[in-house]
Amino acid sequence: MTTGTKLQRLLDSAFYHDFRRDKVAIASFIILCIYVVACYTAPLIAPYNPYDPTIIDIMDSEIPPAWLDGGDSRFLLGTDAQGRDLFSTILYGTRISLTIGICAVVLQAFLGISLGLISGYFGGRVDNFLMRLADIQLSFSTLMVAIIVLAVFQALFGTELYERLAILMLILVIGIAEWPQYARTVRASVLAEKKKEYVDAVRVIGLRPMRIMFRHILPNTLSPILVISTVQVANAIVSEAALSFLGLGMPVTQPSLGSLINSGFEFIFSGSWWITIIPGVVLILLVLVMNLLGDFLRDVLNPKLYKN
Amino acid sequence: MFAFFVRRFAQAALVMFIISILAFSIQDNLGDPLREMVGQSVSEAERQELRGKMGLNDPFFVQYWRFLKKAVQGDLGTSYFFKRPALDVILDKLPATLELVFGASLIIIFFSVPIGVFAAIQPKHWFSKFAMAVSTVGISVPVFLTAIMSIYIFSVELGWLPSFGRGDTVHVFGSWTTGFLTRDGLLHLILPCISLSSIMLPLFIRLIRAEMMEVLESEYVKFAWAKGLAPRRVWFVHALKNTLLPVITVGGVQIGTLIAFTILTETVFQWPGMGFLFLEAVNRVDTPLIIAYLIVVGLIFVVTNTVVDLVYGLVNPTVKLARPHGGDG
Repeated sequence: MTTGTKLQRLLDSAFYHDFRRDKVAIASFIILCIYVVACYTAPLIAPYNPYDPTIIDIMDSEIPPAWLDGGDSRFLLGTDAQGRDLFSTILYGTRISLTIGICAVVLQAFLGISLGLISGYFGGRVDNFLMRLADIQLSFSTLMVAIIVLAVFQALFGTELYERLAILMLILVIGIAEWPQYARTVRASVLAEKKKEYVDAVRVIGLRPMRIMFRHILPNTLSPILVISTVQVANAIVSEAALSFLGLGMPVTQPSLGSLINSGFEFIFSGSWWITIIPGVVLILLVLVMNLLGDFLRDVLNPKLYKN
Repeated sequence: MFAFFVRRFAQAALVMFIISILAFSIQDNLGDPLREMVGQSVSEAERQELRGKMGLNDPFFVQYWRFLKKAVQGDLGTSYFFKRPALDVILDKLPATLELVFGASLIIIFFSVPIGVFAAIQPKHWFSKFAMAVSTVGISVPVFLTAIMSIYIFSVELGWLPSFGRGDTVHVFGSWTTGFLTRDGLLHLILPCISLSSIMLPLFIRLIRAEMMEVLESEYVKFAWAKGLAPRRVWFVHALKNTLLPVITVGGVQIGTLIAFTILTETVFQWPGMGFLFLEAVNRVDTPLIIAYLIVVGLIFVVTNTVVDLVYGLVNPTVKLARPHGGDG
């Protein structure tokens, strides 16, 4: 019953109306859905398991995609330098990239929303301190911080241990480095909400600050959070790819899109362009549709994000 | 005004202090300087004695103070691999990186301002729509992929441009080597600079367009039209000036980001700059070099940010001097 009415409300909403009229947004949404479904059902639809060394044959290495001369019908998109089926490896790689992106953004959102709420709600010294911290953190590029932190950890742990912890490290570093984006957005909304009467009302009732912040103010700051989240996931995926490309992220045995691009890079000079270019195109398309959806959301929900 | 300057310098000093603490704790935890010096063949007792002599058993802050005193004099330790002072090694590579950033900045300035302004003045023109579509796609292409694809197209397939290194360079003022003065050096600069600028260019086109469109809606521009000024004068004298103010702030901050992206560009193009050197140092666990890079880059970040804030404070009469960042985010 409730789900039915909720669905009905969604279908009647101005948001859905705008969405249906925007062809770019629809196309982006469909492509994103295909990505998500394809990569999370990878074990079912991938013809090979790229993590299983017993089925990989080095004799199959660097076979071009099936439609080119020398292609092999067993391998639709060809194989990489180790003889892995590129199509399967890309599916599994996209799953890793997307998972890291989403988890990192969940962490960012958790840290950023909590600190942003505290900063906006309490104000004063706490606010000053947190926002100054956010300023400083934003003045350093996320990528720079991530590269240095991961480089130091890699040197500290040694390569072998680092490769096992790579997913966790990437999520932590990308997640922690970008919290100010959320904190600033949430803080700005909280400052606007705090002046409204309903907040005075719940305060007079005598609710505790935690409850006011999370149950009453937070729900009203959700639309800007939603808008930046799409773009943040795209950014996190790009950061992950860049870090893996530099050899500071996922190892070649368990590649994300970035490490796949890295592993194929040296082979473009000998003509095996597909190992690098195909995962590259997959990555660009994924980031592009997310950015387009982010643009759409920003236009429709129109929070004052970029105006300080 | 004076208070604003003092506050800004205090913040810069604080950030440098934090960076130096971080740098020092990396040095403290990463690798054993004693083993790097004497190798494995020294007995445990001798080791302990040497540790005592070198002050490695002193408390953290005593050691940190020693490190800081040396660092201020420009002594950041000796690179394990190059057997030379780490700071010298880094500074040797600085020109290569700065030229890359300079070339990319030139591309960004010369393309983003005209395209952004045009897209704001003529939003319905096909070229504006085309430019906006391209920049939306461009913002989604990671720097290293632009670099790889440009190498594949222009070096591997077409063979027009070189794919790695700096080519011929010449010395100008002492130790500064430049690739801008030789034909070969310029050819080598083209692809890396384009790749490096590819991520910022769309960003700036979008930013300039958005700011310019907003300025064109403002009252004083309407007044300028009402006075009957020529369109050129309204666009380029009245509107553009106020468009560029926020663009300069963003630009100053992005210089830091640009330096981060040099690591990626330099890796792809085997460009002998600081970023490439840094990654090599990481692979060799060359701690003094890692620290020297951290401090040099940290200094560049802090200096550019401080200068941009100060210039902005001077140029923009509406900036709140008492509390520069106290506003809404």
